[in-house]
Amino acid sequence: MNAPTKPPPLLQVEGVTLQYRTEKHLVTATYRVSFDVHGADRFVLLGPSGCGKSTLLKAIGGYMTPTEGTMRLKGAPIREPGADRVFVFQEFDQLLPWKTVKQNVIFALESSGKMRGKQAEEQAMRYIEKVNLTKFADSYPHTLSGGMKQRVAIARGLAMEPDVLLMDEPFAALDALTRRKMQEELLQLWEDTRFTVLFVTHSIPEAVMIGNRILLLSPHPGQVKGELNSDGSDPVDPVTGKTLSDRIHATLFADRVEEDEVVHHG
Amino acid sequence: MADVHAVTPGQGLVPPQRSEYMSDIVAGAEFGVVQRPLTAWQRLMAQAWLRKTAILLIIVVAWELYARHLNNPLLVPTFTATIQAFYAGIVGGDLLQKVVNSVVLLLKGYGLGLALAVAFTALAMMSRIGNDLLETLTSAFNPLPAIALLPLALIWFGLGDVSIIFVIVHSVLWAVALNTHSGFRSVSNTLRMVGRNYGLKGPRLVAKILIPAAFPSIVTGLKIGWAFAWRTLIAAELVFGVSSGKGGLGWYIYESKSMLDIPSVFAGLFAVILIGLIVENLIFRNIEAVTVRRWGMQN
Repeated sequence: MNAPTKPPPLLQVEGVTLQYRTEKHLVTATYRVSFDVHGADRFVLLGPSGCGKSTLLKAIGGYMTPTEGTMRLKGAPIREPGADRVFVFQEFDQLLPWKTVKQNVIFALESSGKMRGKQAEEQAMRYIEKVNLTKFADSYPHTLSGGMKQRVAIARGLAMEPDVLLMDEPFAALDALTRRKMQEELLQLWEDTRFTVLFVTHSIPEAVMIGNRILLLSPHPGQVKGELNSDGSDPVDPVTGKTLSDRIHATLFADRVEEDEVVHHG
Repeated sequence: MADVHAVTPGQGLVPPQRSEYMSDIVAGAEFGVVQRPLTAWQRLMAQAWLRKTAILLIIVVAWELYARHLNNPLLVPTFTATIQAFYAGIVGGDLLQKVVNSVVLLLKGYGLGLALAVAFTALAMMSRIGNDLLETLTSAFNPLPAIALLPLALIWFGLGDVSIIFVIVHSVLWAVALNTHSGFRSVSNTLRMVGRNYGLKGPRLVAKILIPAAFPSIVTGLKIGWAFAWRTLIAAELVFGVSSGKGGLGWYIYESKSMLDIPSVFAGLFAVILIGLIVENLIFRNIEAVTVRRWGMQN
């Protein structure tokens, strides 16, 4: 940063500890996690299963309250779910099956009180066009493929023009070819509208491709292991001679790497 | 007998080396069939109503033949005699009036039962105690045949519509409440979260997310409730006879039996079946066609 005054972060997470109850246990999902997300960030939460990344996203969505720490969006504490943070889930059933593609987007706009009537319809069609589903605007979700359903969910989220889009492994249930295509389309959409997105994944290649900033979380409970920058090209570090993916892999799976090194040197 | 093709997997096994190849695919026009319209017969047989009508016709013919062979109208009147009695009952007799009496009573009981079911389910959705209450009551009362309550109802409410409505409400309430409640509980957490994400909570969440999402179960509950109510009503009328001087279909059947007018008994039963078929095939089927089937929630 060469500018002397950095703009205040859009989303501030400070020392957040999250705990939830199962039938028999009290589980600590994350322990004192802190990070800042700035406007137009493609901020990726990356970690193995059990690092609490999805729980963290749910808390930012307002679906659970941290036992410790604060979360602020534009300076205001997050207390409950709200349309300024729109979720895109992994599950295909996030679309209302009784509404068409267009009605699903309009539903979001009208329920939240953001827009009504003609204005809502125009906004819906504008974003449905952005995800190339104009032809399917009047189709019911059950007639669409998995990738198309996720595109509708993304259109619905973006049409709300939220402060931050929360994506919880949105492409994890898709086949590899479709996933690749969706990642490219998401980046294209970002070029187009420059939204802020918080993206949860457990795939290192996906994190490197999607994110401009990657937060690494360790498992059981989730703790911050570091934050890295990415330009999507997975560059080779001139000093260490390793790619970004290799560095992430080494950080997240440090224990195993050490074992390997012992074998190599021993 | 040693099978030459059998290969025993072993440690040193290596797949054979094969050469690679690429091939051109055949252009579309050279296939025989990619997509071909079905024949007229195949399309006819795909219509469920046509197949069912055919089954009904076969049953009717069998009935007619057997009744003629038996030649004893006191036991089994022919189909034609039944239809004649039915026609005479509608045009000249009071069959239509009896049907109207029964249906009016049925709708009163059904409506009241549904309203109570909604109240109970709402209570169960709002609190854990309400939930426990509903579960306990349904498990206690659902297996209890409504007609078994009729003697008690007669003592409590006397000989009249109220007693019949009471047993109908009992037959509808638990079946509908049970289905609606389990429907609400099976709505996916994701859908609930989506609703809350866009600012829905309380009654708006129920109206805009839970009810449509649970609609398949709700319709099933309505259908079961309707069938229970209809059966209970006819049975109650049979036991009960005339209620408040009017009498319904059950009474019509009972009365005709007393006068040994067996074709009219059959005509009464025929009316019961006909109304059941009409409600199932016209009303509920159409509700399902424009809702759950269109939404892909039921096939």
